[in-house]
Amino acid sequence: MQVLHDCPSCHRHIADDVLQKYLLVCPECGFHHRINASQRIEQLCDSGSFKEFSGELCSKNPIELDGYTEKLLQNQQKSAMNEAVVTGTCTIEKHQAVLAVMSFDFMGGSMGSVVGEKITQAMFQGALNNIPVIICTASGGARMQEGIFSLMQMAKTASAAALLEQTKVPLFIVLTHPTTGGVTASFAMLGDVILAEPGALIGFAGPRVIEGTIGQKLPEGFQRAEFQLAKGFVDIIVPRDKLRNQLSFLIRTHKSNLGETYEQDA
Amino acid sequence: MSKTHKELLKTSVSRLEEIASSDPRIKERSSWDCVLLSRQQGRPGTTTYINMICDEFTELHGDRAFGDDPAMIGGIGTIAGRAITFIGNRKGMNLRENIAYNYGMSNPEGYRKALRLAKQAEKFGRPIVCFIDTPGAFPGIGAEERGIGEAIARNLKEFSTLKVPILSFIIGEGGSGGALGIGVGDKLYMLENAVYSVITPEGFASILLRDPSRAQEAAEAMKMTAHDLKRFTIIHDIIPEVPEGAHHNPQFTAKAIKETIIRDLDTLCAKPPANLVRYRIRKIRGIGEFEGSATWWTTLLEVFKLTEDLK
Repeated sequence: MQVLHDCPSCHRHIADDVLQKYLLVCPECGFHHRINASQRIEQLCDSGSFKEFSGELCSKNPIELDGYTEKLLQNQQKSAMNEAVVTGTCTIEKHQAVLAVMSFDFMGGSMGSVVGEKITQAMFQGALNNIPVIICTASGGARMQEGIFSLMQMAKTASAAALLEQTKVPLFIVLTHPTTGGVTASFAMLGDVILAEPGALIGFAGPRVIEGTIGQKLPEGFQRAEFQLAKGFVDIIVPRDKLRNQLSFLIRTHKSNLGETYEQDA
Repeated sequence: MSKTHKELLKTSVSRLEEIASSDPRIKERSSWDCVLLSRQQGRPGTTTYINMICDEFTELHGDRAFGDDPAMIGGIGTIAGRAITFIGNRKGMNLRENIAYNYGMSNPEGYRKALRLAKQAEKFGRPIVCFIDTPGAFPGIGAEERGIGEAIARNLKEFSTLKVPILSFIIGEGGSGGALGIGVGDKLYMLENAVYSVITPEGFASILLRDPSRAQEAAEAMKMTAHDLKRFTIIHDIIPEVPEGAHHNPQFTAKAIKETIIRDLDTLCAKPPANLVRYRIRKIRGIGEFEGSATWWTTLLEVFKLTEDLK
């Protein structure tokens, strides 16, 4: 039987195989459905080129919070992921890259010790091997269940970005829906080039928190990718079917000062 | 204001009265008592301590791009002949000041002013002292329009590699990214009744416990006091307050802060700047609790070797 998806934006019913063909973008209205890390990797990387690293890292319960260990287990079973980010090396149109992809499916993509560590390791892999680093974000922010340790991951990833910058290896950020809180206020805003998917919610404070402060509804489109582009915080909005090509272009045009091209040896 | 919020406020006020009249020999307070004390109106703030510890001080204004954020104070002061750049959140000591200073909640221009003054300090080789006392960055429309996330992110990145000593003191509320935005440095201290957390206990209670009135319980679970953070080795040490709280004797705490600044700067100013930065990044890099590989130290050294400044 044909599986139909109800588009949350235009409310048309789209057949599953059609939606898959369009990379989970509604062919009628262009709404970008949320995709998980493995779908993103499949869409961006040359077939079979992705090699995961740091996949063995697992969260502990640093502030001994009731229920956190169980919550982690539930999310691992539900999402078939170890944590909220997958990191690895790959090629994109034959160009080498370090790729980190966050997944909102795993505890809202929140950043705890493991996410902070893997993002940091990804940047250092890029720095050491002179390979551009691409991070696709999707996160509600810092992982409250890890208390102060999650807050400190903001400083950790930002300091890693500072070192990456000193090695002159490019950092490309792809902001996807939603990217908020402590991820926005750390590595997500520190890319040499910041790309965003159409319609993605991008901000620091969540819309409900702001509405609570000002006591009124926010205007339509507030904190969306198009808003952030207009305000000067996003370089370019890229529809999903153009993302692979756009990243390939950026890698090609960010040759290092040594003249290396990041082209993989055949 | 909801009914539960009003009730919470009422019990908070009576609890503060109890604390004030309680046995002054109590050593470690409950987390919730620290939350109340850290927020108490009239608790000494950044300006109190700057005035008490500096021989001279001149405030400098503005981010050179948008405006001057009164919730963030910055300037140059001297202690025993040494010039120091001071940066801190300003809450105000009474309701009128609270409103004028937005309860210590900064907009992006506050963080950008802080960064401008930090860079100025680096240029002229002045050490930096930060006083943290904020519920968080301001969650408003203008703050988002002007990129509050970007402003904090940039500060985290830039402060981690500034080539001058940076000391940070959490003197009241250390609220999330808004506190961290001026909190990256070589040494981090907390006053005895200060708190530092990823989210307010009220926020934690309403999101994770699904009940904002359980803030007290949330405060204990979050482990946000100076003693908790010292156990986690997130902070270096605890600055004492008199048993009744810093507002009963600000001079006592100011003296301890001043002695700490003098002692630390004597040591840190003597270090080569590259060592300072390497050590600072190493400390930040090592924070996190997880299972799996932990061989980050050699990788970090290799990354240092690739940089111009830290090789």
